[in-house]
Amino acid sequence: MLWLAAACTATAAQGDAGSLTGVPGDPARGLAILRDPSLPSCLICHSVSSLPDRDQGVLGPSLDGVADRFTADAVRLRIIDARKASPETIMPPYFAIDGLFRVGSRWRGKTIYDPQQVEDVTAFLMTLAE
Amino acid sequence: MKPHLIMLGSCLLAMVASAGYTDAPPISGYQFMEPETRQLQDDDFLNPAMFLVEKGATLWGQEWTDGGATCQSCHQNIATDMAGVAAGYPRTDPVSGRMVSLEMKVISEIAGRLGAAAPAYGSEDLLALTALIGFQSRGLPMNVAVTPESAPWIETGREIFTTRRGQLNLSCANCHQDHWGEKLRGDTISQGQINAFPIYRLTWSDFGSRQRMFTWCMESIRAEPYDYGSDEYLALETFLAVRGAGLAIETPGVRR
Ligand code: HEC
Ligand code: HEC
Ligand code: HEC
Repeated sequence: MLWLAAACTATAAQGDAGSLTGVPGDPARGLAILRDPSLPSCLICHSVSSLPDRDQGVLGPSLDGVADRFTADAVRLRIIDARKASPETIMPPYFAIDGLFRVGSRWRGKTIYDPQQVEDVTAFLMTLAE
Repeated sequence: MKPHLIMLGSCLLAMVASAGYTDAPPISGYQFMEPETRQLQDDDFLNPAMFLVEKGATLWGQEWTDGGATCQSCHQNIATDMAGVAAGYPRTDPVSGRMVSLEMKVISEIAGRLGAAAPAYGSEDLLALTALIGFQSRGLPMNVAVTPESAPWIETGREIFTTRRGQLNLSCANCHQDHWGEKLRGDTISQGQINAFPIYRLTWSDFGSRQRMFTWCMESIRAEPYDYGSDEYLALETFLAVRGAGLAIETPGVRR
């Protein structure tokens, strides 16, 4: 699969990652993906105060105003593989398969998101300006 | 034992003694639960896991082969014969010389000593017998000994505990060492202590052993679990027992 190869190389650049698909992300779809518990929800660790969801996460920083602090390319990089921004992060790599140990057989060789999902979630995060 | 092996043994002992297993004193998962869940554990009449202790008591007096012995035949007074026993597991078995968990010991009593078909790891019968034996240690401190035999197992367990794994790339320590006391969706992350097992877990609507809990946590980070009774789980269990040394046994526990 071509995009799996992309998952290994997309993060070569430090700090930034360009669009994976060239197709602009859809923020509404991005919000649905970001909340989806079956796609380890960002809200396990982060909070977005404009969302009504209960029990939002506290392990990572609030995503309020994230669009003021980061460019789309910097957000995308963190979603693709946050280890590229901070090697010891506890944030899971959503679009990388390298450097992982004993991934369960159901998930082995698969990324959490597909490329367009990365774009959609990036687009949603870029709506979070203050 | 050859001299260099003795040296290795005592080096490991020194490491184990000095390294420390948590940056904080051990705290039972009980302390992180809602009052309603604590009440369920505190009241023997409400505690769903007391079912296991009662079932265990029936099995204790049951013949495992026609006309054969029962556990009771040899261990006549369970309250005194098994007092404090579970608090010391995993331990080196005096018969085989191998590290064993309490489950493995009960299996070998049935299969080896009694020549009967032993219940499987994770089966209700095995949960019942280990709950009954664990109940005889309730209130007593976990005190798994650090010995030349157990030290390498403890070190392996520590490595498993601190190794990132799974699609989410997290280690047990990322949650239970670095973030205990913090919220993860509805749950408060505890230190991942093992002093209450077997437990009744409300989210499972079922009972579970220590090793079932390990598997649940591994699956939640999308990692490949190890097999029940595997060396890896035995090592993890031995490490966690030493890490939680001093915590009072709560068997049979209730968790969210
Ligand atoms: C297991 C916890 C966890 C999950 C799940 C998680 N993150 Fe993170 N994230 C963190 C932590 C912790 C940080 C802080 C910086 C670091 O350690 O990398 C962070 C940092 C970030 C940052 C940089 C924010 C800043 O202000 O520095 C962004 C953007 C981000 N995460 C987006 C996401 C998105 C989008 C998702 C879901 C696709 C997600 N995270 C899922 C833990 C998590
Ligand atoms: C993403 C965070 C996370 C990771 C990683 C994790 N766990 Fe857990 N674990 C939990 C949560 C949440 C619970 C349920 C609430 C609690 O007791 O912490 C739990 C419960 C437990 C318990 C039961 C505690 C009790 O008091 O009954 C044990 C034991 C445990 N985990 C061991 C492990 C082991 C071993 C690993 C590594 C294979 C691991 N956990 C990895 C989140 C995690
Ligand atoms: C024929 C006599 C006999 C019968 C029957 C018997 N045991 Fe034992 N058991 C012993 C002896 C002797 C020991 C001590 C030596 C050892 O640890 O193997 C022991 C040890 C144990 C221990 C370990 C105690 C410790 O201090 O670590 C457990 C647990 C145990 N038995 C459980 C059982 C169970 C459960 C049954 C019934 C399924 C059972 N036994 C049936 C003789 C018996």
